[in-house]
Amino acid sequence: MRAAIAASRQQQPDRVRQSGLAMRVFRIRESGILVVLVVFVAVTTGVQHRFLDASNIQFVLVDTATFALLALGETMVVISRNVDLSVGSVVGLSAYLSASLFASHPGLPIPVIFLAGLGIGLACGIANGVMVAAGRVPSLVVTLATLYIIRGIDILVVGGNEVDANQLPNAFLDIPKDTVGGIPDIAIAVAVVIAIGAYYLRSYRSGRDLYAIGSNPDAARLAGLTVGRRVFTAFAVSGAIAGVAGVLWAAQYGTINSTAGTGYELQVVSAVVVGGVAIFGGSGSVTGAAIGALLLTTISSALYVLGISSFWDQAIWGFLLLVAITLDQTITERLTSALSTRRAGRRRTRHE
Amino acid sequence: MSNRTERMRALQIQSALRWETGLAVVVILIFAIGSAASPDFLTGNNLFSLGLSNGEIAIMTLPMTLIIISGEIDLSVASILGMSSALLGFLWARGWPMPAIFVTLAVVGVAAGAVNGLLVTRLRLPSLAVTIGTLALYRGVALILLGPNTVSDFPNAYTNLGVNAVPFTGNDLTYSTLIFIAGAIVFGVVLHATPFGRSVYAMGASAEAAQFAGIRVKRIKTILFMVSGFVCALAGVLWTFRLNTAVQNNGLGLELSVVAIVLLAGVSIFGGKGSLIGVVLAVLAFAGIQNALLLTNFNQEATGIVTGALLLASVFLPSVFLPWAGRLLRRLSHS
Repeated sequence: MRAAIAASRQQQPDRVRQSGLAMRVFRIRESGILVVLVVFVAVTTGVQHRFLDASNIQFVLVDTATFALLALGETMVVISRNVDLSVGSVVGLSAYLSASLFASHPGLPIPVIFLAGLGIGLACGIANGVMVAAGRVPSLVVTLATLYIIRGIDILVVGGNEVDANQLPNAFLDIPKDTVGGIPDIAIAVAVVIAIGAYYLRSYRSGRDLYAIGSNPDAARLAGLTVGRRVFTAFAVSGAIAGVAGVLWAAQYGTINSTAGTGYELQVVSAVVVGGVAIFGGSGSVTGAAIGALLLTTISSALYVLGISSFWDQAIWGFLLLVAITLDQTITERLTSALSTRRAGRRRTRHE
Repeated sequence: MSNRTERMRALQIQSALRWETGLAVVVILIFAIGSAASPDFLTGNNLFSLGLSNGEIAIMTLPMTLIIISGEIDLSVASILGMSSALLGFLWARGWPMPAIFVTLAVVGVAAGAVNGLLVTRLRLPSLAVTIGTLALYRGVALILLGPNTVSDFPNAYTNLGVNAVPFTGNDLTYSTLIFIAGAIVFGVVLHATPFGRSVYAMGASAEAAQFAGIRVKRIKTILFMVSGFVCALAGVLWTFRLNTAVQNNGLGLELSVVAIVLLAGVSIFGGKGSLIGVVLAVLAFAGIQNALLLTNFNQEATGIVTGALLLASVFLPSVFLPWAGRLLRRLSHS
């Protein structure tokens, strides 16, 4: 057994070459959607110069920030061949609880509010993670159930109330408006978090494990990976992120009632899939998902700037999503056949 | 001999522990608690409104059951309902005669389902992703058709179908309930008593094995999606007439309720398992809970908590609790 492991270690260069190829494909995937984004921005700007105004860019970046943050957590879950449908409800619950905490204790420092949101989200994520990992039941069903349960709790807690902007300190409401060199603070913060997430998934063993689990859960288990623990972690992180996103939501909108974040889950899954993350796990990247979120927000903004009714948003989103998954499938099939030809070729040369 | 009786007993225990049996008990409990909590619960009037407010969801669970058993999922159902409703309003506002509108809606519904089915079967795309895409796309079409407008000047002859009882049923049966009952019989017979239904189970258990067994997997799945499209278009018509309103967000978010009911019925999300009787029971449980909570002045919006808890029970009981209980019973019967 040990000899086999040693032998496989010696084949390292071979694997590096393969992962080099895989990385290039990842890059192709991301550059594909990046090209779409650039073309879209270029065309829109050509028609309406206002589109690249500083204020509009800021607007798009702030809108993207929360969305991309949620896409980060969802990506970790989706890569492990699971899905987290409860994020919209977690955002709503966290947004209301953190905002009402702030409204009743205006003296609290802002980081405490973020910690509270993170804690609420983490608790929800842990609940999801325990059920999926320990109960070994499909995550689609579990998180569909928690979507309802968490939203129901939110509705019971909120009742007919709402927190509105004049109950919240200005410093809190200004969070989405603060900028450094014209770039919103929260966009920078989210970009940093996404960079960390991307580095983690790319370079850390536990991050790579998620890809292995997503490509083939049974094989991952047989190979001795701690499948349950990794999946649990992915859900806990996704929940915690949704909790933080809820606080950002509260700061951005100011008025929070029991409907905050309703239906957000499918938008987040859309961004992740448009960003090239395979819905059945095993491939994709956090960067791609973030670009997916940016692209979807940009489209909404472009339609607005071009004076096209925002009623076209949804249809274009849906169409793009279909195009994205079709392209993804084509690329994957090409890659699989290319890889198998390469392998076959190598085997032949070895036999000769 | 004793070996044989043991096996018989094990089988009996297994069938007694079936999820559908538990669900039937739950339904009886809900109706018992409901009528104990409120004298209004079991009145014909209340059952009528129960059927009225859950009719469209109930109807949409029927094709969803077959699709999930076949190993796929259709998340675009509520958007097809919305698109059908919007198109109904759009065409009516432009003076189309109602029969022509109905034909158009049927064609559009079937076409919407065909798009789902062809993308899933011909391009081999995962139905979860495809139907999230068409969920946005079809809802988007509804938005484009109606925008912020509302159409509500439908003739009484039609809107009465949405709110009145079917004649000769003692004012207890709504048209949507009647359609659900008829649909449940048709779908039940097709699923449980025809080669078509058996092949739906077969492809849900293993699409590849079904393919090798000569089952036309792609064609049957496409047909299922088309049937779903048609049924959802019909649900859109019922919804529009019941509320006498065509608006772009009709039925928004219902897809998750429909999926929740089907899973609650014990249909496996991985396909190959489930029964239509279970789905009928799950519809009753879902409607009963909503209604009982409404009568007990529980916050109507928060009934999702109960739906969610039942959904969790539907996956945890069969996979974690029932095997354990089965082992325990078998050990007891041995000793």
